[in-house]
Amino acid sequence: MAAVTKRRLIQAAAALAGLLLGGTVAATVWAQQLVADLSSHLIAITTGFTGTEVVLFGTTDGAGDVAIVVTGPRSPATVRRKERVAGMWMNTDSLRFDQVPSFYTVAVSRPLDQLVGRPVLERHQLGLPQLQLPADSTLPPEELAAYRSALIRNKQRQGLYAISMGQVAFLGERLFRTNIYFPANVPTGLYNVEALLIRDGEVVSAQTTPLVVSKIGFSAEVSDFARNRPVIYGVAAVLGAIAAGWAAGAAFRRV
Amino acid sequence: MQVYLPIAEMSVNALLVLGMGWLVGFLSGMFGVGGGFLMTPLLIFIGVPPAIAVGTQANQLVAASVSGVLAHWRRGNVDVKLGVVMLGGGVVGTAVGVWIFGILQRLGQIDIAITLSYVFFLGTIGGMMLVESSRAILRRRAPTAKRGKLHRHIWLHGLPFKMRFQRSKLYISALLPAGIGAVGGMLVAIMGIGGGFLLVPAMIYLLNMPAGLVAGTSLFQIIFTTAAATLLQAATNQTVDAMLALLLLIGGVIGAQFGTRAGTRLRGETARMALSLIVVAVALKLAWDLFSRPDDLYTLTMGLR
Repeated sequence: MAAVTKRRLIQAAAALAGLLLGGTVAATVWAQQLVADLSSHLIAITTGFTGTEVVLFGTTDGAGDVAIVVTGPRSPATVRRKERVAGMWMNTDSLRFDQVPSFYTVAVSRPLDQLVGRPVLERHQLGLPQLQLPADSTLPPEELAAYRSALIRNKQRQGLYAISMGQVAFLGERLFRTNIYFPANVPTGLYNVEALLIRDGEVVSAQTTPLVVSKIGFSAEVSDFARNRPVIYGVAAVLGAIAAGWAAGAAFRRV
Repeated sequence: MQVYLPIAEMSVNALLVLGMGWLVGFLSGMFGVGGGFLMTPLLIFIGVPPAIAVGTQANQLVAASVSGVLAHWRRGNVDVKLGVVMLGGGVVGTAVGVWIFGILQRLGQIDIAITLSYVFFLGTIGGMMLVESSRAILRRRAPTAKRGKLHRHIWLHGLPFKMRFQRSKLYISALLPAGIGAVGGMLVAIMGIGGGFLLVPAMIYLLNMPAGLVAGTSLFQIIFTTAAATLLQAATNQTVDAMLALLLLIGGVIGAQFGTRAGTRLRGETARMALSLIVVAVALKLAWDLFSRPDDLYTLTMGLR
């Protein structure tokens, strides 16, 4: 009886925290075994932006492991392969992937292979080997694999796919938190942050929280201007350059 | 000091970019070249996507050329009539260049086409200038050597539509400067550079123009071709980063003023020698990149292209 009351209290506290901090946790929280939220639901890219860290925190209704998957907006991508032609390295073949996440990182409380089997990993796209990257091609499997690993390698070099898994830290049995790092070149768009509760080799509960990465202020105005009124933007850029060149020339004349 | 570039979608060190702008502006003022052939590789080297590097530095070249032309203008070193004739060819050349660019882009070979044209043009012109300027310097050291003919006649001077350019003291076919302008315009579109490194030697060796007028006149023409390129890039590809251009042009316009002053103190052949050494060095670096095995044989492009 006492244990049930305690559990309810924690759930109530978590629900309240969720409502206060994010406002995204729905009333169904009573039925959930996992509640998680982010320290911020908006990453604002301002002129001084050099990358940022977002804290994901949450609570479970008892012992268990937690995995966090952060996925950026998906878009098509082309991987090109170079070959030696007449001594020069040039692009000879290419493969187009249809739905490539711009960003992908995973954090876990324990190494995944100790937690769940392969089918579960694949179902939830847990970890880079399980990330689904559909490509329309008739290439032999080994070539397809080479393109796929090249895509991941390039993304890792840009810092947009994590090289190793992050750590979800438990504070006691139920409270957990992890830091998600977003580099300065983080692509804009709607991100998906998925928290999974794992018990006995199965995912027993999951919660998805949105995260928006957006340009704010001067940089947003510049990129909106460039996108929405490209011709006027071009004219403004040329006139600005002429004015700057003229001003500099005039300034140096007096010196 | 880090600054976020809204179009390139990356963060750069503002002082580094200012310094790059200054350096390229200095060379631009000194030699009368736009310096685009140096700026594009430099920007790509610090991680700016190639398309944005090309589009943005066309924008900054507008500012650098305006401030450079002002300095030459005050010294009376601009042949406007010749510049306008070159510009006429430049417009045609730019249009043809855009068309070729589109074809190469569809074939997926634009990167290697750009690098190859850099290696070819920079290598040939840099090499020719290097040979010519070292000969000139050697001649200067040995005053007994016979002086070359003042005015050579080659088939180029037999072309029709002869025009008188009083400022340059030339009576030549209008097709000649227009043709040079057309090739320059093509380079603007394909390589994203002002084309000064090609225009300057062409004006010296093909037109036999007085050396003092060459830098000012080529810069005059480059203002218009780079302005057209900026407009085109902004309107069709949205690859002009105003923030990056601003940083580059602040550094660039200041550098150009110092460069112009330094240039007046340099002897013609010494300046050409120095420029040719830089050009050849860039060509060798690009050739090396083309023939040496890349770290990763695979490259990734996000988006539809």
